Parts: sequence; structure tokens; C-alpha cells
Amino acid sequence: MTSPSITASGAKARAFLGFPLILLICVVSSAVLYFVLSQLDSSYAFLAAYTVLQFVALATAWNILGGYAGYVNFGVAAFFATGVYTSVIIYKTVQWPLLVTIPIAAAAAGLLGLGMGYLTLRLRGVFFSIATLALAVVLNTIVVNWSFVGGSRGVYVMRPQEIILFSSYERYLFVVMLVLAIGSVLIARAIENSWLGRGLAALKDDEMAAECAGVPSLRMKLIATTISGALLGAAGAPFPFFVTYVDPPTAFSLSIAVNAIAMPLIGGTATWLGPVIGALLLGTFQQIATVTISSALNLLIVGVVLVIFITVAPNGIIGFVKDLREKRR
Amino acid sequence: MTFSLDLFSNAIVSGILLGGFYCAIAVGITIVFGMLDIVNIAHPAFIMTGGFIAYFANTQFGIDPLAACAIAMIPAYYVGRLLYRFYNVAFEKRGEESLQGLAFFFGLLFIIEVALLLIFGVDYRFVEAPYIGPTIEIGFISIPWRLLIPLVVGLGLVLVIIAFLSRTFIGKAILAVSQDPLALRLVGGSPVKVKEVAFGLSIATAILAGALLIIIQPIEPSFGRDFIGRVFCITVLGGMTSLPGTIVASMILGVSESLTSTFLGPSWSPAIAFGLLLITLAVRPVGIFGR
Repeated sequence: MTSPSITASGAKARAFLGFPLILLICVVSSAVLYFVLSQLDSSYAFLAAYTVLQFVALATAWNILGGYAGYVNFGVAAFFATGVYTSVIIYKTVQWPLLVTIPIAAAAAGLLGLGMGYLTLRLRGVFFSIATLALAVVLNTIVVNWSFVGGSRGVYVMRPQEIILFSSYERYLFVVMLVLAIGSVLIARAIENSWLGRGLAALKDDEMAAECAGVPSLRMKLIATTISGALLGAAGAPFPFFVTYVDPPTAFSLSIAVNAIAMPLIGGTATWLGPVIGALLLGTFQQIATVTISSALNLLIVGVVLVIFITVAPNGIIGFVKDLREKRR
Repeated sequence: MTFSLDLFSNAIVSGILLGGFYCAIAVGITIVFGMLDIVNIAHPAFIMTGGFIAYFANTQFGIDPLAACAIAMIPAYYVGRLLYRFYNVAFEKRGEESLQGLAFFFGLLFIIEVALLLIFGVDYRFVEAPYIGPTIEIGFISIPWRLLIPLVVGLGLVLVIIAFLSRTFIGKAILAVSQDPLALRLVGGSPVKVKEVAFGLSIATAILAGALLIIIQPIEPSFGRDFIGRVFCITVLGGMTSLPGTIVASMILGVSESLTSTFLGPSWSPAIAFGLLLITLAVRPVGIFGR
């Protein structure tokens, strides 16, 4: 009985020690990234980096439910757009600053996740997936018919003239998204190492067995859906200020849903590192490809790469590397 | 908008006509998802492919859209069989159909949509046929031929499939797989072969449904997404495995959408399928005809 408890406490200690280290790595790499981008001295560099980081946040958020619990959320665009339009509503009414808007957007999207989960998570996972797929269509319909948030014609959003501490608004947006992305990754990592992560992994393997062993599966799935939804919404909140013009096709863009699913699956869904790797690779590739080749073709490439990866390397890049290592041993 | 009897009855009639068309789009999903538990969310993409096959044959060679897709159903059947064989080897045998398999069909949906976009562009495309313009007037009710033809073809398609499943050997085998694949293996049948045939059949129906779609209205590649909610709503509402249930659920959806678009505006109708789906999942997940 002693040895398992020793290893368990050892793992705990390692996770505990790991946190400051990870945080340090994040802070240092962020500072380096910011410095390099400042040296480039173009607002495009910051905008491109913002887009990649947005994908890191979205892929990580999706993976909390999709990767850890195995419940596929096709409605990423719905949660993202909930964040986007919460931000638009606040902009058009009380005009609170972005940093106040983000938690409200996260709460709205989290509630949406909770509601969706409550209705469909008691059934088989497939029904949840189908329902989320249709959710994007419904929210799209509501926004198209809602003239206050711009309807189908869209809405213009003015960036604030000045922002303290930053020389331009692009830089400010970049730092906000950087913090959101790192925050999402740290939350995902914390979940992975907690009772929640272990419970989700158990129900992913065999829900019936997990339930019999005393895992409160419905409650865990609901918590995961809420957290995942909230992080997706938070990533959407700065988006109106990023593009300055929002209409339903951009907020509900299929490329958001496809990328948020493709990136974790390509990187590897089992750990927090997988979505980060997938998002950095695929996001950077797309930033280059959109400039050099057409954007439709570049989405086609993402789709093809996704299909190839899930067929050939079902555990993503991380799983592939792990297999190679084990073979060598 | 004011309520009037002729507006109301016209909405009901066009809803039933629309429901006939929905039979054709949903029957493939009832077979594949309801009976065989393969979550082919790329089904609407095959419907769009059918629509563009009809468009291509009609504008290039002047062939009737229905005839073109009736012929295209044969290669589509074999494409479907190949696709299932691939899906079986890549995902079902490894036991990874829930996450990876779903993502596979999602990727497929996306690839087909972007491919159609690159080939045909984002413009709305339409076909020409003698039955697209005229309308039958009975009193104050008007029945356009372009909606009547899909009703007849859609209902006919479901009836043919019902007969196929209950009369033929392979049809009975499909029903057997849907009830108990293990038992079929025990008596010496191969569920994989049977599923392959059923999947091919399902893709073939999607192609025909595409011809009906382009007869009803002009189409563009991203249109398929609107049908994902509809096809699954119909299958779930109809009770998953029941083909009569598919007909009834199609009619319910058609009439609700038609009433909504008459009295609230057409821009609201995409939300109806989802609403019905959510209500069904929350209140009665086994559907109307479910056991």
C-alpha cells in the first residue's frame, strides 16, 4: 500500500514544483516575444501574433472538454461569437473597458455551455456534438435578426483613442490575448492534474465503468463544458476591437470551428501541450499561407491535414513522438 | 403580420410539400446514423455535391436535374461503399469512432464544402427544367410544381427504401445489424459488408436529394450547413430507426418551418430544426416512433 501513495505524492510534488517553473517559462518567453515583435516595428506582426495566440486559447479551451472527456464540441464558433457579441453589446451600451468585458463575456459563454450541457450531456456524446453543431446555426440566426448588434449588415466598433502603458492599441490587444492564451493553458494544465482531469479521463475511457466506480460523470462533464465554454467566450471578447467591424459571417466563421478542433487533434488531445503545439504550427502556417496563397485553399489544406492526421496519427504529434521514443527503447 | 385563413392554409400546404423534400434529405441519415450508428455529419455535403452535379449536367449538357442525379446515384453508391470501408478500417476497428471518427466526418464535410467553393465559386447556382416555373391553383391554395416534384420523389424514395428493407435479403440484413450486430455475426453474417451496402445507399439518396434541393431553390456551397440541424432533428424526432417516423418528423419540421417563415419571417426558419431537436432531446430522446 505504501508505494502507490509515495508515487502519488511524488507526482503531486512535481506538479506543485512544476507550476512556478511553467509560469516562469511563460513570462520569459512572452517578454522575448514582445521584444522581438517590437523590434519588427510593424502593427501587422502584432496582429498576426494575436491571431495565432487566439488559436492557442481556442484550441486549449476546446480540448478541456473534447480532449480530456472525449465530448466533441462542434459549436466553437457559437461560444466564440457569444463572447464577441457580449463585447459588442457592452460597447454599444455602457462602454466598459475591455478588461471588465472579458469576464462578463466568459460568464455568458460559460452559462451557454452549462445550459447546453444540461440539456444534452445526459445522453450519448453524439447527441451533444450534433446539438452544438446546430447551436452555431441558431445563434447565427438570432444575431442576423437582431438589429441592435448590427444584424446581418454588421457593426463597426471604434477602438479607444489612447490606452495607458502601451504605444498602440494593437500592442495592447496582443498582450491581452497573450494573457488569455497563457491563462487558458494554465487552467487546462491545472485541470489535467486535478481530480477533475482524472475523472474526465476515466469517463472518456469507459463512462459506465467510471460511473460505477463512483465518478460523478454528469457533474464533471457539466463543469468541463462550462469552463471550456467560458474560455472560448473570453477569447472572443477582444475580437470586435481587433477587427473593428463584426458581421455574422466573421463571428461565426467556419474556420474558427475547424481550426479549434483540428489543432488539438493534430497536436495531441491527451495533454495541455498538444493543443498549444497544434495551434502554434497550424496558426503560423495559416498566417503565412493566407498571405501567399488564397484563404479558401488554405482552409482546404487544414481540412486535409486534419483528416490525414486523425487517420494516420490518431494521438497527434505528441502521441507520434511518444511512439517513436518507445520503439527506440 | 395579420393572421388570415388563406395565408395559414397556404403555409400548411407548402410545409407539407417541404416535408416531402426533407424525407429525401433525412432518409440517408436515418439509415446510417439511426440504424447503424455511424455519425455521418458530412451527409449534407453529399447533398450539396448532388445539387452541383445536377447544376453541371443541366447547364453543360441540358440534362434534366433529376435524371442526371438518378444516374449519378450509381457511382455515388460505390463511393459510399469505399468511404465506409475506409472509415471501418481507420476508425471502427481501432475503436476510435467517437472522437476521431466524428472529427473525420467533420473534416470531410469541410473538405467537400471548400472543394465545391473552389470549383463553382460563391455565386448562387440554379437549374432550368419545364416544371420549375408553373403553379397549380386550387381555390386560394397554390401548389408550385417545383415543390410538388420533390414531395413525390422524396416520399417515393422513402417508400422504395421501406420495401427494400422489408423484402430483400440484404435489406433484412441491414435491419438485423441495426437490432443486434453481434447476433448477426453469430449466425454467420458480416456486419461490415452489410453496413457497407447501407452506407452506399445512404450516399446515393443524398445525391438524389441534392437534385431536389436545386429544383426548389438556387444553391451555393456553404448552404449544406443549414441542413445538418435538419437531418439530425428529423432522425431523432422520428425515433432513430423508424422510416415512417422519418416521414412524420419531416412533415412536422416542414410545417413548423413554413408557419414560422410565413408569420415571423424567413430569416428565423433555420432556428426551428434546432429548437425541435433540443426539445426532443430534453423531453423525449427516443423520438415519436422510438421503442
